[in-house]
Amino acid sequence: MDQSIFQYDFIVRAILGALFASITAGLAGTYIVSRRMVFLSGGITHASFGGIGIGYFAGINPVIGAAVFGILSALGVEYLSGRQKIREDSAIGILWAFGMAIGIIFIYLTPGYSPNLMSYLFGSILTVSDADIIALGVMSIILILYFLIFYRTILYISFDESYARTYSSYVDIFKYVTTSLMALTIVLNIRMAGVVLVLSLLTIPPNIAMIFTRVYFKVVVWSVLAGFLGTSAGYTISYFAGIPVGATIIFTLVIIWVVAKGINQLLLRYKRINR
Amino acid sequence: MAGLFDMHSLSASYGGSLVLEEINFSVKENDFIGVIGPNGGGKTTLLKVILGLLKPVSGEIIFNSDLLNSNSIGYLPQISTGDINYPVTVTDVVLSGLMIRKGVMSGMSSDDKKKAEMVIEELGLKGMARSSLSELSGGQLQRVFLGRAIIGDPRLLLLDEPGNFVDSSFENDFYEKLRMLNGRMAILMVSHDVGTISSHIKSFACVNRKLHYHPSHEITNDDLLAYGCPIQLITHGEVPHTVLKIHT
Repeated sequence: MDQSIFQYDFIVRAILGALFASITAGLAGTYIVSRRMVFLSGGITHASFGGIGIGYFAGINPVIGAAVFGILSALGVEYLSGRQKIREDSAIGILWAFGMAIGIIFIYLTPGYSPNLMSYLFGSILTVSDADIIALGVMSIILILYFLIFYRTILYISFDESYARTYSSYVDIFKYVTTSLMALTIVLNIRMAGVVLVLSLLTIPPNIAMIFTRVYFKVVVWSVLAGFLGTSAGYTISYFAGIPVGATIIFTLVIIWVVAKGINQLLLRYKRINR
Repeated sequence: MAGLFDMHSLSASYGGSLVLEEINFSVKENDFIGVIGPNGGGKTTLLKVILGLLKPVSGEIIFNSDLLNSNSIGYLPQISTGDINYPVTVTDVVLSGLMIRKGVMSGMSSDDKKKAEMVIEELGLKGMARSSLSELSGGQLQRVFLGRAIIGDPRLLLLDEPGNFVDSSFENDFYEKLRMLNGRMAILMVSHDVGTISSHIKSFACVNRKLHYHPSHEITNDDLLAYGCPIQLITHGEVPHTVLKIHT
């Protein structure tokens, strides 16, 4: 294959990957951060590693295994926490470790060491296939339509669930559907950032956005932009410095967050002085 | 005056135990009823039955469909469960009171937004329409949630322990707002504080598993004026009591 075509292909894939990752992570991340589900999402992420292990062992696509594990664990925790009969944080902690344990056991049992294991833990653009990019693209469209069509319903259920129950009988359906979409988003982004780092891809951009705005819709838009800035800068740096892409993206996002926080502090001080 | 709803020998249980027993009760247009009684006496359960969140185990509640359906009840919950750090504006929260008549797919029209603007102004929150909840004081927050309850022009407004929300400096102001609203809607207000309750209340319902209704003629206007303040003490007869002198 011609070297320049290979490079062109790589760049297109990286740009599309960054774009779709930012859109999905921005939409899902704003929901997760607003509803204070960050820890739950960590549990979902690590539980899905069990699905990756079983996928390897059974010879099916590990992403499908991860999706099944991710969605089931998300629905499980959402269901259990709704009944308030268990300690939610403990349940998540158990799920977190259990998923990792299953993943490691099954990968160990799989004949021949899997070379892609590191890419699932820490992410790699090199192993991201066209199918992964297409899946993320489809997920972007689904999430955009879902949030545009049901914007008010999703906003109000996640803001004040018990009040929403006084007027709507669809609260549980929407909670379960939205949480499943969050789990699916996390799983599809694991290829990019890895099990260990993916959560930050979802949670740092909304936190950058919320420094400047407290309007849900604007938080989503700014999250996507911040995410795209972080991922594309991360790709570029990782490509030229020859360091892992997932870690570089997260590092870049945290730097953006720190700078944004600093700018905001300066603006606040400036306003106070000029009052 | 026509009744908005009637309860006929209604019983309801919560968590396995009977909380309301054989209740006969009705609310009429322009009523302002204070629901008092001890904690765990069934006051919140009464509201849940009216809201349709809890089905009675026996008996029934019949809405006068000309005046009231489940879409025309406004509700101010006991200490809102909404997260004040959630990225949502005052206008958004007030608008959510309209969701009761909207489908899951609808957005908010410019008429809806104008209506929200009017409610926000009426409740003295002008200039805060775009603020996030974390920027508001307790009293302002309570008015936002009151705005959410009344934006749909309900015929009946249910308030669960509104006094819990705020310090006393906001309380008079809040009850004044309620008096104003009472011209347009019936109000049913729950308070666990058996003692203090607003003088704008026209009648009382004491709930402790059973419900006893005290109509307005048991409370004369002279009694209320005698205290010269909008907060008064209500108690059943034959209670030993001491009234301390006013500080000078």
